[in-house]
Amino acid sequence: MGAAFAMTLRRDLLIALRRKSDAANVLLFFVIVASLFPLGTGAEPGQIRAMGAGVIWVGALLASLLSLPRLFAADAADGTLEQMLVSAQPLAAVVAGKIAAHWLTTGLPLALIAPLLGLQYGLPADALAVLLAAVLIGTPVLSLVGAVGAALTLGVRGAGVLAAILVLPLCVPALVFGAGAVTASLSGLDPSPHLSLLGALLAVSLVFGLWASCAALRVALD
Amino acid sequence: MFSALYTYASPQAFYPLAGRMIPWFASAAVLFAAAGLYVGFFVAPTDATQGEAYRIIFLHVPAAWMSMFIYLVMAGWAGLGLVLNTRLSGMMASALAPTGAMFTFLALWSGALWGRPTWGTYWVWDARLTSELILLFLYLGFIALKEAIEDPRRADRASAILALVGVVNVPIIYFSVQWWNTLHQGASVSLTAAPKMAATMLAGMLLMVLAAWMYSIAVSLARVRAIILERERDAAWVREAVA
Amino acid sequence: MNWGSFAEFVAMGGYAPFVWGSYGVAALCIAGEIALVLRRIKKIRRATVRVASA
Repeated sequence: MGAAFAMTLRRDLLIALRRKSDAANVLLFFVIVASLFPLGTGAEPGQIRAMGAGVIWVGALLASLLSLPRLFAADAADGTLEQMLVSAQPLAAVVAGKIAAHWLTTGLPLALIAPLLGLQYGLPADALAVLLAAVLIGTPVLSLVGAVGAALTLGVRGAGVLAAILVLPLCVPALVFGAGAVTASLSGLDPSPHLSLLGALLAVSLVFGLWASCAALRVALD
Repeated sequence: MFSALYTYASPQAFYPLAGRMIPWFASAAVLFAAAGLYVGFFVAPTDATQGEAYRIIFLHVPAAWMSMFIYLVMAGWAGLGLVLNTRLSGMMASALAPTGAMFTFLALWSGALWGRPTWGTYWVWDARLTSELILLFLYLGFIALKEAIEDPRRADRASAILALVGVVNVPIIYFSVQWWNTLHQGASVSLTAAPKMAATMLAGMLLMVLAAWMYSIAVSLARVRAIILERERDAAWVREAVA
Repeated sequence: MNWGSFAEFVAMGGYAPFVWGSYGVAALCIAGEIALVLRRIKKIRRATVRVASA
């Protein structure tokens, strides 16, 4: 089980390293989107600070969605995914490896860049720390939920937008708790309840996201 | 008894059964609606704080309850289809979705029109309205996924997984939005802060809920008959049933 | 009885647009839904009969 996970993780990471521009483009999209909001709403500092957490989170959501096609589609196209389904390796371990690789190449960089964007929004240092923690815990949730959407829409016409429609409503709790943690910190309140809830969400997503992704892949490739 | 259930699990056997059931549920819906509307408009008194605007409640609450109830039932059928691999379960889930989405829309629409005279605004990010909006997205996503996949069996199973993921999510989403709402808005607006339930108001509401329930069953049975005909159209029994 | 006259009933204490706006749209949606389902059944019936007689 562990071997299958490690092998898939390593393979997907190597593939991602070969196409560095994919991950870099997602990051660039995130930065551009976060920079656009103040241009649209006006740069009054109090207003900007208030919306910073929300904007950064929504930007992270959208950026994660953009990278979803990479998760299963390429392997489905050349038949590798079918091999993975048919092989003796437990599918859950393989899918977990893929999702982990997706987070390492998409979610983690987003999380590390988020505090920099937070500076653009005038967030103070302790809010930035909370933002980093929240995005670190939250982006795996986005990867897990996103994987379900990607698996359900595998090979379907218009899969990109469809997966987004399916995934975004399901990401609302992560958005609420994640952005809420930062807003709490800004108001001088304790962010740890939000972060704990986010952690609980991660645990639930781990179980359900893996089950649903595997089930959806089997449905898609049968 | 179980063998009877087993018999009706086939679309061919369920088609005529559904046809016989529809008139009963449709009549019940009309009767309950007539009673409910009568009680709601002619028996229940005017509300002290909200005036006549509160009468929207006899539409809004049934619509909201049905929107959630239908989602649960839809997910139940979907799950059954995944476990038992029966065609009819997927068809029932497909038949329920549009009605569920309609009630969700009506809950939102009537909620907005209720909010305007009572809270002063058409939309508030109230925990319930916001969660209801997300429920609408979940319904529409379910329908969109089904439409997008061409193979009906794959469409059934994929949307079943989506419905089950959604069912787990709905309480989480509601809880998260309520949490968010209390933090960001304080104890401002609440739909139950409206009328204290006089017995007649409650009676009217319950009658309308029953009406909505009977209506949903009738419409879904009719829709599932259409779906059965569409999916099984190559079978010999369909040609005879339709002639 | 709550209402002195039919005019009072329609006016709904000044809230007519909101109350009738809600119930009116509901009636439209329900009528529309029923019509769509009936049309769907009719369409598939016609298509099946056509294929059978071909």
